[in-house]
Amino acid sequence: MTDLLEARPTTDVTGKGSLWRIRANLVWAGATNNWNLFRTNRVGIVGLAIIVFFALMALIHPVLMSGMRWYSGAALFLLIWPVVAWVIWPLLGRLRHERKVTFPLTVGITAALLVAIGATFGGVWDAGTYHPVVGNEPNPPLLHRTVVNEVTDPATEMSVREALLYSNPDGSPLLLGDIAEIREQPTGPYGRHWLGTDPLGRDILSQLMKGAQGAFLLGMVAALVTVLFATTVGAVAAYMGGWVDSFFMRLADLLLMLPALAIFIVMSSVFSFELWHLAILIGVLSGFGGVAIVLKSQALAVKVKPFIEAARVSGGSTIRVIAVHVIPNVMPLSFLYMMFTVTAAIQTEATLSFLGLLNIDMSWGLMIELARNQGYFLTGMRFWWLVFPAGACVSLLAAAFFLVGRAMDEVINPRLRKR
Amino acid sequence: MIRYIARRAAQMFVLFVIFLTLTFLLLTALPGDTVKQRFATNPNIPPEAAELAIERLGLDKPLWEQYTSYMWNFFRGDFGFSFLQYPRPVSDIILERLPRTLVLFLTVLVSYYILGFVAGKFIAWRRGRRGEHAITIGSVFLYTVFYPWFALMLIWFFAFYADVVPINKFLDPQEWVDAPFSSNHVFMVIFGVMLVGGIVALTLWILSRRIRDPALRTRTVWVGYGALAVVMVWFWYLSDFGSARRLYAGDILHHMVLPVVTITLISFAGIMLLTRSSMLETMREDFILTARAKGLAEKTVRDRHAARTALLPVTTSLVIAVATVIDGGIITETVYSWPGMGELLFTSVVGQDLNLAIAAFSFVGVMAMVGHLVVDILYMFLDPRIRVTGE
Repeated sequence: MTDLLEARPTTDVTGKGSLWRIRANLVWAGATNNWNLFRTNRVGIVGLAIIVFFALMALIHPVLMSGMRWYSGAALFLLIWPVVAWVIWPLLGRLRHERKVTFPLTVGITAALLVAIGATFGGVWDAGTYHPVVGNEPNPPLLHRTVVNEVTDPATEMSVREALLYSNPDGSPLLLGDIAEIREQPTGPYGRHWLGTDPLGRDILSQLMKGAQGAFLLGMVAALVTVLFATTVGAVAAYMGGWVDSFFMRLADLLLMLPALAIFIVMSSVFSFELWHLAILIGVLSGFGGVAIVLKSQALAVKVKPFIEAARVSGGSTIRVIAVHVIPNVMPLSFLYMMFTVTAAIQTEATLSFLGLLNIDMSWGLMIELARNQGYFLTGMRFWWLVFPAGACVSLLAAAFFLVGRAMDEVINPRLRKR
Repeated sequence: MIRYIARRAAQMFVLFVIFLTLTFLLLTALPGDTVKQRFATNPNIPPEAAELAIERLGLDKPLWEQYTSYMWNFFRGDFGFSFLQYPRPVSDIILERLPRTLVLFLTVLVSYYILGFVAGKFIAWRRGRRGEHAITIGSVFLYTVFYPWFALMLIWFFAFYADVVPINKFLDPQEWVDAPFSSNHVFMVIFGVMLVGGIVALTLWILSRRIRDPALRTRTVWVGYGALAVVMVWFWYLSDFGSARRLYAGDILHHMVLPVVTITLISFAGIMLLTRSSMLETMREDFILTARAKGLAEKTVRDRHAARTALLPVTTSLVIAVATVIDGGIITETVYSWPGMGELLFTSVVGQDLNLAIAAFSFVGVMAMVGHLVVDILYMFLDPRIRVTGE
């Protein structure tokens, strides 16, 4: 961040006012600059859009489920506001110059939108039917399938053997050529269930939304813990040197070298993992592992800068120099690794719940495990709503964070840019 | 050079002891561990019997004594008995499973490294032309796709829909009913052939680098590889030893195709993206401009000047990649029911077989560390700076 500011002071940061004001201006200028650089990367924007999409999915679930609660509404507002503002800001055209008008207008439009969403969708899903774990669709649609000798299209025909399982509405057995009327789960997409239901009659879309909540919770906690440990360890190791440095770096080597999945699998034999346990564990492992090494090398580069020496000469203690001067300058890089940590965390969680080792009730990995366990994977396209959405969600969200990370990498490392 | 290798090996050993200590503390010495739970809180076992069992297992001794006896037994190769397959000692099971994973692991490590490096080289060289975006997006997809899901889709497509490879397991039981060899024997033969072939090919390649004349060098390499292929054909088709085992080896290899392809596809994208960015940085250097100005062919500039310099950071990343491949191996073995170490780790953990789980985990750790050591040695050959400063 500081590099960029030195390179191109686009905004006038030395306005009148207190030190805090100058600092705020500096941060704002840096953020604007970085955003402008980030915005040129189309792939990064696509990643950001995917993340926002999944975040909306996670946030709208409680709204849909049981009526608007004030905190989910507030969270939705906070999240949706910049997005809506970004869209309607240019539309407001000439009014843009009048800050006094634009700001309340944007807030007003967003609030109106929110009220509209709440009024339309608030609580349309009753918990008995749409709950992601214990819900059940009591009235699946009626399907008509003809009894034939050789089945060519399993969606409209059934074999004589399969017909033994069903009977006519009057109780007589089904014969060749009869048309069976059956209600069965899983059903494909229709009006009540946009993505169909699973074999237990639960709504797939609702499950996906619940899974998104878990993925975000996990990713955020894991990333925050990673950054907390990695910046501290990296800065302390680089600044102190000596045995502290070698201890932490050997530890990082060990953690980097070991296959993380094997560690989680073995630990799940002893502990009962819940989502946030896993999140903290992933954060600790990557915070003391690979990310610490990268941040340490960055901190070494910061350590030799003149302002560190100035701070030390003017009497700053070790802790103060590390906390006030080293860590803030390592931060931008650590944000980058936050993104990569989120990718890894989402995939680890999905894999572990796919293997059935996590103590959670709903996640994307669990949905795939269910589809696989009951043999829907080998049916190919016929039950696509069981096979594709969950896997696509894991892959898309992981890819989105990875793409945003790559785009941020180009912002932070000027060497990677095209020109 | 020997001293450098010895020092790295010693460091690895110390790391391994630390790793083993942590494993012990985590899994065995924690209060309320699985073994104690099995006896102390099981109402079907009378308390005297439970006490006796705890005493026999040495769980009443102080931690330090437990630790020393654990370490001593580990390095003697005594990992106790498996609970799942009761009378069998754990070392027996490990010995049976280890080669199966090693074959998978080595094949993947070699194939994906070469594939990723070559692909990354070409993509970097073609920067800005058409198709670059598609390739980048494709590799990002492979890099971040949900692994078990991808593997299941591959099973559906190749094993079920197209039916060109078997669905799972590592052999077809019907073919092996009256087989005169055990599957592990055949497996060791495959392993040996692959190892010898690989070492011969590598030696040939290294030796051919010393030949100055490019035409002669190319000819030597091709004649050498041809001779290797002829020896292979002779071994499997003409020699008594090989031809008797050919069909069985073929069955195992047929089952190996899909797992190898899966792990390779998943992991090669990472190496490719890394090679690409490493190449892009190298291509900005002045010596590339010089090489071009001298009028060297594009291919020579790319392969000799750029790619070789770009190889170094990619090789460093192999250290992390070893762990990635092991992780991928665990998932792949579980999804494909390939009875190797990864599947062993998973089943033992699910079946609460603590002895087996610890041993399997330690061996996975050993694999990672040996892989690390090999990469270090490889790196030393590639980068003269380490050879000099390492002394």
